[in-house]
Amino acid sequence: MLAAIGAGSVEELLDSIPREVRLQSWAVPPGLSEMAVSDLVHRLAAKNVTSHTSFIGGGYYDHFIPAAVDALSSRSEFYTAYTPYQPECAQGTLQSIYEYQSIICRLTGLECANASLYDGGTAVFEAAMMSIRLTGRPRVVCHSSLNPIYRRILDTQTAHLEIEIADGGDPKDAACVIVQNPAFLGDAADFAALAEKCHAAGALLVVSFYPISLGLMKTPGQMGADIAVAEGQSLGLPLGFGGPYLGIMATRRRHMRKMPGRLAAATHDNQGRTGYVLTLQAREQHIRREKAMSNICSNEALCAMRALIYLCLLGKEGLRQVATHCYSKAEYLKSRLRQAAPRIRILNEGPTFNEFAVRLPHDASDVVDRMLGRGLLAGLPLSAVGRGGPNDLLIAVTEKRTREDLDDFSTALDAESCS
Amino acid sequence: MNPRHLRYSENHEWVRDSGGVYVVGITEYAAEQLGDITYVELPQVGDEFAQDDEAATVESVKAASEVYAPVGGTVVAVNGALDEHPELINKGPYEQGWMFKLGDAEVAEFDSLMDVAAYEKYLKEL
Repeated sequence: MLAAIGAGSVEELLDSIPREVRLQSWAVPPGLSEMAVSDLVHRLAAKNVTSHTSFIGGGYYDHFIPAAVDALSSRSEFYTAYTPYQPECAQGTLQSIYEYQSIICRLTGLECANASLYDGGTAVFEAAMMSIRLTGRPRVVCHSSLNPIYRRILDTQTAHLEIEIADGGDPKDAACVIVQNPAFLGDAADFAALAEKCHAAGALLVVSFYPISLGLMKTPGQMGADIAVAEGQSLGLPLGFGGPYLGIMATRRRHMRKMPGRLAAATHDNQGRTGYVLTLQAREQHIRREKAMSNICSNEALCAMRALIYLCLLGKEGLRQVATHCYSKAEYLKSRLRQAAPRIRILNEGPTFNEFAVRLPHDASDVVDRMLGRGLLAGLPLSAVGRGGPNDLLIAVTEKRTREDLDDFSTALDAESCS
Repeated sequence: MNPRHLRYSENHEWVRDSGGVYVVGITEYAAEQLGDITYVELPQVGDEFAQDDEAATVESVKAASEVYAPVGGTVVAVNGALDEHPELINKGPYEQGWMFKLGDAEVAEFDSLMDVAAYEKYLKEL
């Protein structure tokens, strides 16, 4: 065969691959039996610590995932379904996307949602780009409430674009102001006045929200936001060591045509029966190419499905209850920690949802390490993300934490703050 | 097929001189290539364009295409009927499907456009 194609050797065919990255040897250890592999994998997995109680937040939270979410989403019809470009054989998938979009509209108080984006951080970038398309102004203002991880993603994704990202400042001449609610440090706010200020200056308001918080808090729609984005991990997705996660985006109907991502819609067939299709596809990059709304013409279908199942299971009342647990338990923890004042100082001055920052008498990373020894994941040291001093710690509380957990935590943190 | 009294651009726009105001649309050829038109994004009255600037967008089931200003000028009117009835472009590309009107245009730019014979020759060569 080599002679037929005029090559001297197999190695010659690999010439374009640099020598230093080529496989050095084909010697692979002998195969293991299924039983031996199972044993090996279990021993490796046993090195993970999964029993610690988590108080870490910062955008990704340890919420309870009802068993029905796994059971339903793991059905092969959902788990292995392909992209629904051919509607006549993808009605189930399309209907689930349509229902997901509908429930996101209800959650946010907005009029139109897409089939999802990759995650909360890139969703913020997409919202910024959408605002620039809508206003023609290549300038974006970021409010101090925005998650620093998302802020960094914004820098990375706009690094080679002619776009100015300002930290704070006037909405005048800006495409949008991007805020987060609750803020990264936990503060809950009402941005309705800012929405008016933005609109008066011809700019849009983008709100990055925490889905569970909307069980209790004013929605982006109620505040007058133009675009709402979020990380959907808190809606039935495991923390998963960083993913896969879920980017949520919703907007007003008048902005719909500049929205990125896939859109499912309901229509009728020629016999008047309801059917579902993908629509407004000419916005997407496989058709519009360099003029598309985004490079994205995909979604996180399985993650969106889990979020849909989670929200349907809870319903409006259930979500309110989960949010109330998160809020009340965080308030209880704050009250316990206040007993250790002034050694431990709560930094937030106004109301918070389920997350708050404290200043410890010692280095926060050291305290976190010592708390690990007590089976506790104490929180996120704020200096690690450039949002606080060396002794500052961000603590999150979810519905999973019991009164006992909270009492143990505050006792432990107090003890570690004394020594 | 293509009206004799109109002028044509290489991007398949047609222009009608309506007493100093120039009416612009897309040709039957362009409408056929696009297929059923589902949405038209028109400029705003007051927008200013130079010749060949992107002025509007036409979306069909399979594509989205720019419409360019065949002559420079200021938009003095847009065809609001296209909001609810974009299919007017397919039904009557030269009449009901008109898209926008330009004022303050250069007569020389209009004169430089193809007449119907030149346009039909151009189409044959595509």
